[in-house]
Amino acid sequence: MNYRKKNQTRNKVKESSLKQTKRQTKVAGGYFIDKLHAYRDQHAHALFSSLGRIVAAPFNSIMTISVLAIAISFVSGFYVLELNIQELAGHIEANNQISLFLRDDVSETHANKLAESIRQNSNVQSVKLITKDEAAKEFQTYSGFGSAINELEKNPLPIVLQVLPKKSLDKKQDLEDLQKEFQQSSEVDVVQMDLQWIERLQSIINVFELFADILNILLGAAVLLIIGNTVRLELHNRRDEVIIEKLVGATNSFIQRPFLYAGFWIGFISSISAWFIVTVLMLILRHSVEKLSSLYGGSFHLLFLTLTDTLALITISSLLGVLASWVVLSYQMHSTKLKQKNF
Amino acid sequence: MIDFDAVTMRYPEAGDVLRNVSFHLAKGEMAFLTGHSGAGKSTLLRLITIMERSSRGRVVLDGQDLRIAKEHQLPFIRRKMGVIYQDYKLLYDRTVFDNIALPLVIAGYGHHEITRRVRAALDKVNLTGKEKKYPLALSGGEQQRVGIARAVVNKPPIIIADEPTGNLDPELSAEIMFLFGQFQQVGVTVLIASHDISLITQLNHRVLKLDHGQLVTS
Repeated sequence: MNYRKKNQTRNKVKESSLKQTKRQTKVAGGYFIDKLHAYRDQHAHALFSSLGRIVAAPFNSIMTISVLAIAISFVSGFYVLELNIQELAGHIEANNQISLFLRDDVSETHANKLAESIRQNSNVQSVKLITKDEAAKEFQTYSGFGSAINELEKNPLPIVLQVLPKKSLDKKQDLEDLQKEFQQSSEVDVVQMDLQWIERLQSIINVFELFADILNILLGAAVLLIIGNTVRLELHNRRDEVIIEKLVGATNSFIQRPFLYAGFWIGFISSISAWFIVTVLMLILRHSVEKLSSLYGGSFHLLFLTLTDTLALITISSLLGVLASWVVLSYQMHSTKLKQKNF
Repeated sequence: MIDFDAVTMRYPEAGDVLRNVSFHLAKGEMAFLTGHSGAGKSTLLRLITIMERSSRGRVVLDGQDLRIAKEHQLPFIRRKMGVIYQDYKLLYDRTVFDNIALPLVIAGYGHHEITRRVRAALDKVNLTGKEKKYPLALSGGEQQRVGIARAVVNKPPIIIADEPTGNLDPELSAEIMFLFGQFQQVGVTVLIASHDISLITQLNHRVLKLDHGQLVTS
């Protein structure tokens, strides 16, 4: 009895404070504002309750999210790889130099004379002569077979003239003409145009990119399917709840809302995990890649996902999550009529 | 409020479960729906709560013909009735408060209004102070009363109850029937399916009796 009395007085206090707040909402715009707040509350509740459910079943969630994170990190990994290869190819593309490997019997003085005559060519910007000794030294430093060359009695490396054509000479035909011209001189053994293997590299890159694109589409489909299936299972597990909500007059959009948010969260958390995976991998690779780059005298710096890339990754993954759950829900809601016995 | 006009319900596997059923329940009327098991009580309730649509005949609820109601209108028609189930149909991972608040949340009421109405409903069914408990921590009778509070919290013009006293002792049953009587007095139309003959005869209300799908007394 005492308890009830206390409760009544408590309720009275509550009621008077409620009256106050009611008056306040009326002043603020009344009914419409109240509805708007209720709508916002519904969304906020769906947003946080769906996150709560993910956290509440950590084992399942971690499994699903790990699989998704790996799939998404593949996609973004390929993207970063493409980015870096393009960057690298861009570095190389900058010089379309031609290497002239001279015959073994050509002396250094003769080679210098030849270099001088090539310099006079109107199509040539510069010529660099690499002597046998220099070549051997370079080989020793960079190839990793340094000691092998010492074993040989005679330096097998030829003298090389590195010819850089004028920038204006950008047509393939002109370069090939220049190449032919060099080929005709008797001192030259082999003429190698770097452009040729750049072209080959470029076409290899193109093949790789196509492959990556196909794989990305497949991985995207996998992400959709995994999220869709997760939401489907969740819907199945909460079937009773869905039916009860329907019975007390919930619209389809009310019922779907927490599941759509669940799809969003799964996509969102997976993309952030994927970002971590990619970034950690890149950090591991960075040291080795930059060391390799320095061995080739390059100053290549590994490119990471930029802020824009990261935001795009998170947005796309989250939207994929929403899309996947939307597809599953619109299919399931039509098939989940209230057919089961409720009475 | 509830109109059945020559309603027949046929299931392909069971034949005619309801045959040519007609009755009218006025606003503020209270009636019992009774009959042996398999007489079609459940089917009749399923027609009212729009889980099924009749094969023939019209079911009209508060002026709305359920046969021609569109799918997107159904939630709003369902909000006009509070339904009490024999197995309570509570959400066991939510508190008593959240269970009772569900129809209000769905209808888009504001936070304050929800709190006020849930408290009023709790008070009505004598469960004040239990709002933070989970349904499984309550007795069967208390769970049933949570179900009743959820059904009436939205102040619906119609209350439908399916064997609401099926799992309760006579004393609790009487208490709950008294509660339904109170709702009726404020103008709510109440239809209770029950085969508790003694209870039905005790209370002097209209009885709809089904026998093999046909209404024998109304």
